[in-house]
Amino acid sequence: MATTTLTKAPRGYDPAAATPFLEQLDRVKGGLPGAGLSWLDGLRDQGRARFAELGLPTVKNESWRYTNLRALDKLAFQPASVADARFDVLPTVRADGATGPRLVFVDGRFRAELSSTAGLPAGVELLNLADALARKPDLLAEHLGRIAAPDDQPLVALNTAFLADGPVLHVPRGVTVEETIELVFVSVGSEAQPTAFHPRGLIVAEADSRAVIVEHHVGLGSCTTLSNGVTEVFVGAGASVHHYKVQREHTESFHLSHTAAKVAGKGIYDNFILTIGAKLSRNEVTSVLDGEEGDTHVSGAYMVRGGQHVDTTTFIDHAKPCCTSREVYKGVIDDQARAVFQGKIIVRPNAQKTDGYQQNRALLLSDTAEIDAKPELEIYADDVKCSHGATVGELDDDQLFYLRARGIDKAAARGLLIGAFLSEALEEIAEESVRDAFQSYVADWQNAR
Amino acid sequence: MIEIKNLHATVDGKEILKGIDLTINPGEVHAIMGPNGSGKSTLSYVLAGRDGYEITEGSVSFFGKDLLEMEPEERAAAGLFLAFQYPVEIPGVANTTFLKSALNAIRKQRGEPELDAMQFLKLVREKTKALSMTDEMLKRAVNVGFSGGEKKRNETLQMAVLQPKFAILDETDSGLDIDALKIVAEGVNALRSPERSMLVITHYQRLLDYIVPDHVHVLAFGKIQRSGGKELALELEKNGYAEFGVNEAA
Repeated sequence: MATTTLTKAPRGYDPAAATPFLEQLDRVKGGLPGAGLSWLDGLRDQGRARFAELGLPTVKNESWRYTNLRALDKLAFQPASVADARFDVLPTVRADGATGPRLVFVDGRFRAELSSTAGLPAGVELLNLADALARKPDLLAEHLGRIAAPDDQPLVALNTAFLADGPVLHVPRGVTVEETIELVFVSVGSEAQPTAFHPRGLIVAEADSRAVIVEHHVGLGSCTTLSNGVTEVFVGAGASVHHYKVQREHTESFHLSHTAAKVAGKGIYDNFILTIGAKLSRNEVTSVLDGEEGDTHVSGAYMVRGGQHVDTTTFIDHAKPCCTSREVYKGVIDDQARAVFQGKIIVRPNAQKTDGYQQNRALLLSDTAEIDAKPELEIYADDVKCSHGATVGELDDDQLFYLRARGIDKAAARGLLIGAFLSEALEEIAEESVRDAFQSYVADWQNAR
Repeated sequence: MIEIKNLHATVDGKEILKGIDLTINPGEVHAIMGPNGSGKSTLSYVLAGRDGYEITEGSVSFFGKDLLEMEPEERAAAGLFLAFQYPVEIPGVANTTFLKSALNAIRKQRGEPELDAMQFLKLVREKTKALSMTDEMLKRAVNVGFSGGEKKRNETLQMAVLQPKFAILDETDSGLDIDALKIVAEGVNALRSPERSMLVITHYQRLLDYIVPDHVHVLAFGKIQRSGGKELALELEKNGYAEFGVNEAA
């Protein structure tokens, strides 16, 4: 193993927190799919070694200053067994009620009987990881662990150590997938003990291809679960990937997610995340503009109440010239809930003619709600257009009075204004069916008060 | 209809209204004229129920009920309407959504059935036409990107849709050129009826050429200084507010 080349755990990590996870890993390791494939074993070992060294990040870690994972220590998460869950209706953005191409994962494990590849053009592969190991081993060997490297991130290392299942999508050169591909992740867990799973996704869109992907993350029941997902997205030259995600898990769940995209020249990576659920969630999105004239959108909306904690950490890397990036985040925070927004944009020395835009706006609905916002721009090129803005506000009294003076009661007036505030972020979603569905999830959240 | 008695109101501890007495009967149009800072806008906000004003004395009875005890939305449902001097912009809320929510909220509070999308559209189309407003203005966010004239027409449209029993027009003429003023005044005049009363608040007499009042009151220093017929407005136009101790040049 290559552990000797890795540095010792720096300040800001708690290596002891790794122990329970590593003990479980050693119990399940032999049964993981693809065990025996040397490149895969190597990758898992690399993840294991790095996670053993680092453990979980602590609040002394700059990137984790506002999100405390100590709650995870006490819960002694066990690996997921195969949950026997029954579903009446799986979430979908499709208005026609038909089943389009979709993969369903329950507690991180693929459920073939709920999945379908209907409507996919010839040559497009939509598989779970175990099947992909059998059918597309070269694709996996070439891409897995390449842009979400275990070295950088303890949670990516943890995910890599447990790497077992998740969605794999391969769109060949020049192919446009008309149907929206849906990836449904259901957290069920177990009454007996808290359950952890580590779904690993891979999206490879070859040159000049196009795909629209929607991830649904939902929970059934109220058992404590930890989802620690990693998705790697390769966007080929001139390809476009529209990647939308909605997380509506129940408030006993922990949702940690890391999405890393690499965009080739003239490629488009468009990411939008709507966060409504989970007790604690962190969405980390990294987009590397690795070819000229690439374009990335990293946007989202979050709405939290009660004791929820939501963390959005984004990193946009302008590595090549003439690329554009756009980031629009809007959040609504009520009760004692807390939100974190960390948005970093780096413009490398050669990345001239970069056009970057970042906006984060938060609406605090109570005196005890909290937001910590940390925009970070590092610009090393001189011919660059970059702007960012962060605002934190409350509902506007003049607007509230205007609505009430027209007969709209206080609660409804607040609802209209909150909906209006969030709609500006939802407008970033180019796909109408997805926007409509996400809009309805926002309305459900408002009505649930 | 509305009976204001000895109304005193303070803002941040400063007394702005110092004993207003005013009674308006059904079908009457009253004008309140006064210089800047006389308390005109405070009176309209106090009647509509805006936060931030403390009523220290007096009462307002609206159709026999204590108006000052009611929430702003209850006042609207009871038939009170304030046409704002500065209509508020609400990004993200379409004008139609706003109008429909308002109308149905009021109908609901009154125990009337809500209008569905088709019924509402028919009603609102009819009203917009009369105010030479376009469908496009209905689709836009409330007052966002509207010119001064468009905002005032939008206020008049809301009044036409909500059909209040008592409308307060707060400086409706401010920021309007003569053509826009005529359109808005026509819209307002079309709403005059024996059951509907209006209180027109203005600094200048000009508006009253188009919306002719039955009674004119002069407000200065937080009190009504003089009341009369529509000829009082012309007198003020000629002599200004100097006889009430106001120095407008200051």
